[in-house]
Amino acid sequence: MVLRLPSKPMAVEVKGLSAAYDGQSVLEDVDIALPAGKWTAIIGPNGAGKSTLFRILLGVMKPLSGEVTVLGDAPSRQRRLGYIAYMAQQEAVEWDFPISVQDTVMTGRFGHMRGDPWWRRLLPPRWTHPRHWDVVHRSLQAVNMQDFAHRPIGALSGGQKKRVLLARALAQEARLLLLDEPLAGVDAASERLILDLLTRQRAAGRTVVMVTHDMDSARRYADQVLLINRTIVGMGAPDNMLVDEMLARTAVAGWRPVARRDPPLEAFP
Amino acid sequence: METLETLGIGLIDGLLAVLMLGVGLLPDALAEPFSYGFMQRALLTAILVGAICGLLSCFVVLKRWSLLGDAISHAVLPGVAIAYLLGWPFFIGAFIAGALTSVGIGALERHTRLKADAAMGLMFTAAFALGVVIISKIATNTHLMHILFGNVLGVQYPALLLTLFSGVVALLAVWAFYRPLLLYTFDPMQAQALGFNTGLIHYGLILLLTLTIVASLETVGIILVVAMLITPGATAHLLTERLTTMMLLSVAVGVTASVVGLYLSFRLDVASGGAIVLVAAGLFLVSLLLAPRHGLLARWWRARRLHAPSPSN
Repeated sequence: MVLRLPSKPMAVEVKGLSAAYDGQSVLEDVDIALPAGKWTAIIGPNGAGKSTLFRILLGVMKPLSGEVTVLGDAPSRQRRLGYIAYMAQQEAVEWDFPISVQDTVMTGRFGHMRGDPWWRRLLPPRWTHPRHWDVVHRSLQAVNMQDFAHRPIGALSGGQKKRVLLARALAQEARLLLLDEPLAGVDAASERLILDLLTRQRAAGRTVVMVTHDMDSARRYADQVLLINRTIVGMGAPDNMLVDEMLARTAVAGWRPVARRDPPLEAFP
Repeated sequence: METLETLGIGLIDGLLAVLMLGVGLLPDALAEPFSYGFMQRALLTAILVGAICGLLSCFVVLKRWSLLGDAISHAVLPGVAIAYLLGWPFFIGAFIAGALTSVGIGALERHTRLKADAAMGLMFTAAFALGVVIISKIATNTHLMHILFGNVLGVQYPALLLTLFSGVVALLAVWAFYRPLLLYTFDPMQAQALGFNTGLIHYGLILLLTLTIVASLETVGIILVVAMLITPGATAHLLTERLTTMMLLSVAVGVTASVVGLYLSFRLDVASGGAIVLVAAGLFLVSLLLAPRHGLLARWWRARRLHAPSPSN
C-alpha cells in the first residue's frame, strides 16, 4: 500500500462511482476530483446525474459501487462535523411550513449545536446560545435579508427565497458548499448578490460546487467546469469546456441515437 | 410491581382531585355529570388524549403523514389482538404491528412499482382485516366495537395509566428532540446534510405516533383516532406561522374537542368518539372561515379590496 500524504486533500474525490434509480443507470463508472478552495460549475442536461452526485455526497442515496471521499474522509463523517453545506433547489423546500426567515437560517446551525451543553436544547429557541444568533444575523446581512428576519418564509418572492436558502448554507460555516441551481429563477439583483457572495466565500478558502444551467455565470465566475452526462464528458477551465464542441458532446454522450422515423404525412396534400 | 401500581393509581387519583377542583368552579349544571367517577376518569383521559393527539398532529399535518397515520392506526389492530392472545401489554403488540406496517410500506414502495398511496392502502387494509379476523375469534362483538370506535366512558385505571404514560413520553420526546424533529419535518435533506440520523428520527416519530394511537384507542377508537391526528394540526396550521404557536393551538383544539365532545356525548347520549371528532371538525370549520390570513373570509376580503375600483378613479 502506498502511503499518501494528507497535505492537500481534494474537496471531493470520486472513484468508479455508479448509481441507478430502479435499474435505470444515472452515473456510470465516474471519476471526479474537485480541488479544495476552488469554484466548480457542474453542467449537464436534465437527468445527467448532477443532482444524483449531490444526493450521494449527502448520503440520501447509496451508490451501486465506487468510492467517495470529501476533504480526505468519509462523507458521513464530514457531514457530522458540519463541513458540508447544501443549498437545495427551491422546489425541494416546503414554503408553507410555519417558520420564520431567521428560524430557517438557524436550522443551518443545528449541527453545531451538538457541541452545546445538553440543557441548552431544553430551553426555548430564543435562548439558543448567542454565538449561533450572531452567525444567523450576519448570514442574513450577507444576503441582505435582515429586514425580513421575522417574516414567514411563505411570504417571500423567488429571489428572496433563494437568498434565505443561501444564508442558511452560509450559517453552517462549512468548508464545502454544494449548491443545486442557486441561480435558477432569480432576478438580476439577487443573482449579482449571490455570485459576489460566493466569490467572497471562495476567497475565504471554501470550496464552491454549483450545479447550474447558466453558462454565462459559469464562464465568468467559476474556476473550472465539469461537464457531465452519466459519465464525465470533460473537466477544465471554463474557456476550454464551454465551447460548442464540448457542449454538443455533453448533450449526446451516452444517449441512444433517436430512432429514424418516416416523415409525417401531409395534412393537406 | 405492586408498589408501582399503587403509585400509578395514587398519581391518577391526585390528578383527578386537581381536575375536580377546576370542575368545582364551573356552574352546577355544567359540573353535574362529573360527579360520577367514570365521568371523572373519562374527563382526564379525554384531556390527555386531546393534548397528545394535538401535539403529534402538527407533525402529521406538516409531514403529509395523514394517510400514514390512518395506516398505522388500522394496522395496530392485529398487534393488539395478538398481544391479548399472548398476554403481553397492548402497547408492545401495537407498536410491533405499527412498525412492521410502516417498514412494509417503505419496502413495497422501493421494490415494486407501487406508489405510496397504493402501498399504504394495501398494507393497512390487510393488517386490519387480520385483526378483525383474530378478534372475531377471541372476543365478543361489543369488545370489537369498543376497540374500533372507542368507549371513553368505560375507561379503567390501567388504560388511564397507559394514556398518562404515553402523554408524558410524547411531551418529553418532542421537548428534548424539538430541533431534529423540526428539521426532519421541514427539510429532511438538510437534516441529512447536517449529519442527523434521519432513519432514527423517522422511526422515532413513527414510534411516537404509534404510542399516541394506542393511548387514544379507548377514547376515540382505531377508526376515528386519525381524525384527532389531523384535525387539530390542520386547524392550527390555518391560524399561525410559527411551529411552537401551532403546537400550542393544536393542543388547545385537541383538548377542547375532547372535553366538549365528552360532555355532549353524555348529555345527548351519543357515541363519545364520534362526538369528539365532530366537535374537532366544527372547530376546523370555524378557523377555515375566520382565520386571520388563510381564512375564507379574509381571502374574500382581500380579493374584494384588490378588485374594487380605487377611490382616485
